[in-house]
Amino acid sequence: MALQSLDIVRRSATTTSSPNVRQAQTGTVAKLIDTTKCIGCKACQVACMEWNDLRDEIGTNIGAYQNPHDLTDQSWTLMRFAEYENPDKGNDLEWLIRKDGCMHCADPGCLKACPAPGAIVQYANGIVDFHEENCIGCGYCIAGCPFDIPRISKRDHKAYKCTLCSDRVAVGLEPACIKACPTGALVWGTKEDMQQHAAERVEDLKSRGFDNAGLYDPPGVGGTHVMYVLHHADQPQLYNDLPADPHISPAVSLWKGATKPLALAGIVLTALAGFFHYIRVGRNEVHESDEQAAARETERARHE
Amino acid sequence: MSDPTTDPSRRTIQRYTPNERTNHWVVAIVFVLTAISGLALFHPALYWLSVFLGGGTWTRILHPFLGLIMTLAFAVLAAAMWRFNKMEPRDWQWLRQGRDVVNNREDRLPEVGRFNAGQKLVFFVFVVCMLALLLSGIVIWREYFSLYFPVGVIRAAAVVHGLSAFILICAIVAHIYAGIWVKGSIGAMTRGTVTPGWAWKHHRAWFREKLHATHPRPRSD
Ligand code: HEM
Ligand code: SF4
Ligand code: SF4
Repeated sequence: MALQSLDIVRRSATTTSSPNVRQAQTGTVAKLIDTTKCIGCKACQVACMEWNDLRDEIGTNIGAYQNPHDLTDQSWTLMRFAEYENPDKGNDLEWLIRKDGCMHCADPGCLKACPAPGAIVQYANGIVDFHEENCIGCGYCIAGCPFDIPRISKRDHKAYKCTLCSDRVAVGLEPACIKACPTGALVWGTKEDMQQHAAERVEDLKSRGFDNAGLYDPPGVGGTHVMYVLHHADQPQLYNDLPADPHISPAVSLWKGATKPLALAGIVLTALAGFFHYIRVGRNEVHESDEQAAARETERARHE
Repeated sequence: MSDPTTDPSRRTIQRYTPNERTNHWVVAIVFVLTAISGLALFHPALYWLSVFLGGGTWTRILHPFLGLIMTLAFAVLAAAMWRFNKMEPRDWQWLRQGRDVVNNREDRLPEVGRFNAGQKLVFFVFVVCMLALLLSGIVIWREYFSLYFPVGVIRAAAVVHGLSAFILICAIVAHIYAGIWVKGSIGAMTRGTVTPGWAWKHHRAWFREKLHATHPRPRSD
């Protein structure tokens, strides 16, 4: 989503500063998803479709509530349903519902991997946004993301994901999903306020017997601007494989880290080595004496 | 005195056939396009190289196809050159005398066949890198193939692709410089011929083979 902006703290494939005189003076933003309050009604999914003018293909029912089956270029958020039999509570069935979508990482693997200048930006308020007009459709962001979020559209071959309604937030509105949630499972505010709110929620949950309730704000990616309150914060993988310790993969760091400038330097040095060899030693030339020697050898062969 | 490597009055020896030369230059031209488009995505400092293929998106689209054409053309060339690139005992001696090689003291080196040990090593670096680029390139080819691989494999393939591209490009730079350094080599690949003196000086064993092929030695035993 493209917006003229003066608050870009990071820009993909860009080695100099982007305009960023505007700071997040009142703190960065965050969406808090309280899985313990979510009833799986999908109002947020619908609000996302409406605000962003997206319509996914009508899929098939596979006997579960989850629909569509996965995130797509048209479905930037998706309720994932997991049925968990809790062994600590006599195998009681728990319906763990998680609203999936971009986590807006403080250290975004997608942005790190992207080779196209300005296709991915991170704003001072914490939102990680794709600028599809700069996207070349290589899909590196998919390999870079620890949460498997970006999707390439089959129509225009550009990458799409949740924008955290950067267009709404830029003019002081809350994201569309927040506005639609009927239970208060989705809350919006500064990251600090959301952490405080989450702490109160966690305390309440603990008092009701959810000893492992907690906030999911994974430090491996520097924290996120979309956070979860989980009943089982000790086992995030119960929630349809929410990663327990997400971080940018070492392979991605190796691929996109210091190795690149070093490799460029290596290529330049190889060329320079050639140049200075030419200057110091010079070409290896054939002389008339070599031609004569070759001629003598040829004569000998002829008379042998 | 006329330049012995270009003097037209001198009899020449054929080093590469027209088919081999065409094959070589197809690989070379497509390599340049593949390398330019790959490097554009490799580091932001080189993103401007994407103008040569019509912008970032065209670079992304064309690069893998160029890579396929190049690996195919290279496979044909490599098959034709394979038997001349087997390492022999004298090649190891040649390599041990690297100092004499770079300082143009060729008279001190063991005799060289159609290709010297340096050329053979470069040849095998090409073969290995091309294979690695082909395999890893297919894995990271998002439009058609990435969906068949788990993300861990894609990440590893991206590393392998970047690394093997780096090694290949360095090897090509060395290969090009060697062509400039050893005067008369470029003519071998453009006109297809070298002078007897060139062959005698740089590839004496090959020169002798050629001689005895045209003037068979009577059997003395
Ligand atoms: C069959 C051969 C090849 C295939 C299928 C292939 C495929 C790919 C693909 C799919 C990408 C990702 C960008 C894109 O979608 O365009 C890529 C990137 C790249 N390719 Fe290739 N490629 C091949 C050969 C080569 C060769 C011969 C070179 C170098 C001489 C090369 C250098 C690069 C580089 C430097 C990158 C950027 C890698 C990075 O960002 O780390 N590729 N290639
Ligand atoms: S969740 Fe994935 S797509 Fe979203 S900011 Fe983090 S790395 Fe990028
Ligand atoms: S597909 Fe992803 S990584 Fe590639 S240019 Fe677009 S946003 Fe960047």
